[in-house]
Amino acid sequence: MPIERYIFLSITLFCIGIAGVLIRRNAIIVFMCIELMLNAVNLLLVAFSKMHYLKGSAANATAGIDGQLFVFFIMVVAAAEVSVGLAIIVMMYRNVHSVDINFLNRLKH
Amino acid sequence: MNGTDILFYFLSALAIGSAVLVVISKNPVYSVLWLIVTFFAISGHYILMNAQFLGIVNLIVYAGAIMVLFLFVVMLMNLNADSEPQKNKWIMLAGTVAGGCLLLVLVAALKNAEVKGMGLEMKTGNIGLINDLGKALFTDYVVPFEISSILFLSAMVGAVVIGKK
Repeated sequence: MPIERYIFLSITLFCIGIAGVLIRRNAIIVFMCIELMLNAVNLLLVAFSKMHYLKGSAANATAGIDGQLFVFFIMVVAAAEVSVGLAIIVMMYRNVHSVDINFLNRLKH
Repeated sequence: MNGTDILFYFLSALAIGSAVLVVISKNPVYSVLWLIVTFFAISGHYILMNAQFLGIVNLIVYAGAIMVLFLFVVMLMNLNADSEPQKNKWIMLAGTVAGGCLLLVLVAALKNAEVKGMGLEMKTGNIGLINDLGKALFTDYVVPFEISSILFLSAMVGAVVIGKK
């Protein structure tokens, strides 16, 4: 399997996430699109780790394992990020009674 | 075209199609459900690349825990299709065009990248299994692992403090 296929798949998923962040006005959907972008990057990291393993496994039996551990740590950080982010969104909903990001521009004034 | 190729194209089409549906669904609950389908497809890719540990962790952490949290918050706020009333067609068009332009630029830039034509190992290999990953995690990466526990503690405290007000 050539690596380009995974590169293009990850780019496509990432750009769908970017378009979602730009299009949608709902803060929760914007947050979900950020998760989608994180997952696109995770997929590419795993694909590159397997590519590196195929290239360097003769010299080093665990070549490319760092990529998969990075993905593991990205998942850890994403879980912490989601818990705090959703708490912030719930707090904003209680204050403003809306999750529309057009209304959440208080810092501008 | 062998079985691996067919599985790859099926999972890619599933991932991209459900990712598009996440963005265009009117109802936030449907968006959450389509995002779960996307995560299942990405887990399928991990298992296809024999990264079994990450495939299962992706299912448990993302599709299991994080998306249940999203679904819980969406249902708690009672959001429905008309909670996003103003539909500015120009903003939607501009967002789509901007995303498409980024896609075009990235594909054009990476089309002839240095790694072009390099293979990657599917369905075999030991580095994705829990044996090697656990050894590396608890020897070379033990300090980041411990720091991530502090991160989780602070995230938990932060979520409780923010939610309590």
